[in-house]
Formats: sequence, C-alpha cells, structure tokens
Amino acid sequence: MAMTAQEIEDLIRAEFPDADITIKDLRGDGNHYAAEVVDASFQGKNRVQQQRSVYAALKGKMDGAHGELHALALTTKAPEAKI
Amino acid sequence: MSDTKVQIEETIKSNSVVLYMKGTKEMPQCGFSSRIAGVLNYMDVDYKDINVLADDAIRQGIKDFADWPTIPQLYVNGEFVGGCDIITEMTLSGELDALFSESNVAFNKDAADKIREANG
Repeated sequence: MAMTAQEIEDLIRAEFPDADITIKDLRGDGNHYAAEVVDASFQGKNRVQQQRSVYAALKGKMDGAHGELHALALTTKAPEAKI
Repeated sequence: MSDTKVQIEETIKSNSVVLYMKGTKEMPQCGFSSRIAGVLNYMDVDYKDINVLADDAIRQGIKDFADWPTIPQLYVNGEFVGGCDIITEMTLSGELDALFSESNVAFNKDAADKIREANG
C-alpha cells in the first residue's frame, strides 16, 4: 500500500513541528521516496540517532512486509549555524 | 536475553566488519544491500555477510537489536554504523575511510577515492 508525500510529511511534522522537511517521490509511484529533514533538535546527535528519531515518527510504516513505505531515502541534519 | 540477540552479539564481536543484508555479497537480492556490498567489495574490505532472507529470526532480530527498521545494516567492531543512506554519505564524505582507519580495518584507499571521483 502506497503513501502520499503529504502523509509522510504529516507524520514527520507531528514529531518535528519546526523542521524543514522536503519529500520527493523518486519514481512517481508512491512507493520510493527521499526525505530530507533539517531540525534544530538534531544538533549534537549523530546520523544514526537523528534518523532513528525520524523512523520513530513514521511509526512502523517502514516495517518490511507489513510496512506501507517500501523505500525512503533519509537525509537528516541540523540547520547550518548562523554566523 | 533471546538466543537471536546472543547470536547477533557473537557475530558482531567476532568479526570486525559485518553487513546484515538481503542476499549475499556475491549475490545481493535488494538494490540497497547491493549498493553497500558493492562499496565494501570494491574497497577490498574483509567483511562477513549475513543474509537475513535465510533466517526470519535474524531478519526481525537485527531490526530490534539496532532499533533500526531497515536492512542493510553495517557493523564495525561491534557498533552499528548505519544503513544504506548513512553508509553512502559516509563513503562519499570520506568518513567511512576514517572509521576503517581508526578501527584498524584494512581497505583500498585508491578504490575509495575512485568511488568519490565517479560520484563527485
């Protein structure tokens, strides 16, 4: 079962209300997405910790055979420091 | 502690580099696993491949172990390093080379540079 980019964004948004979130449907099939999440809460966390929290926000949608999302390429980072 | 967890801990402790993947290093069965196995093969890294498709307990167990919902998963010296996206980013940034150097894992630096040239 496919998901829309908006549904993915809404799930992430619920946990990261102030994040910059960019979702791309890579193949236009509702099944292969790339998401970039830029959020201040990622400061000081490594990529594994950052992406774990995004996966947690997706609440099991990534879970293999039962998951609705087949492929989500994740990029996470903290905002660039303002000088 | 479950048998699966014990088995995973033994595997990642007794091998410096372990890739939990779909398929084998010679014959990956998923594009994401194939990408990471391809990088390690090309960089001449000596690693152990664990085919999660061959064992349902490990397939679920490794996700619970790392608290990470996807395969592939790369472990170096017993530590979870990341999945497909993180390893790809680390390969291109040179962080993977640095990690292997720090961890005393032999790899072909020229091959790593070639990957970066081709994807720069």
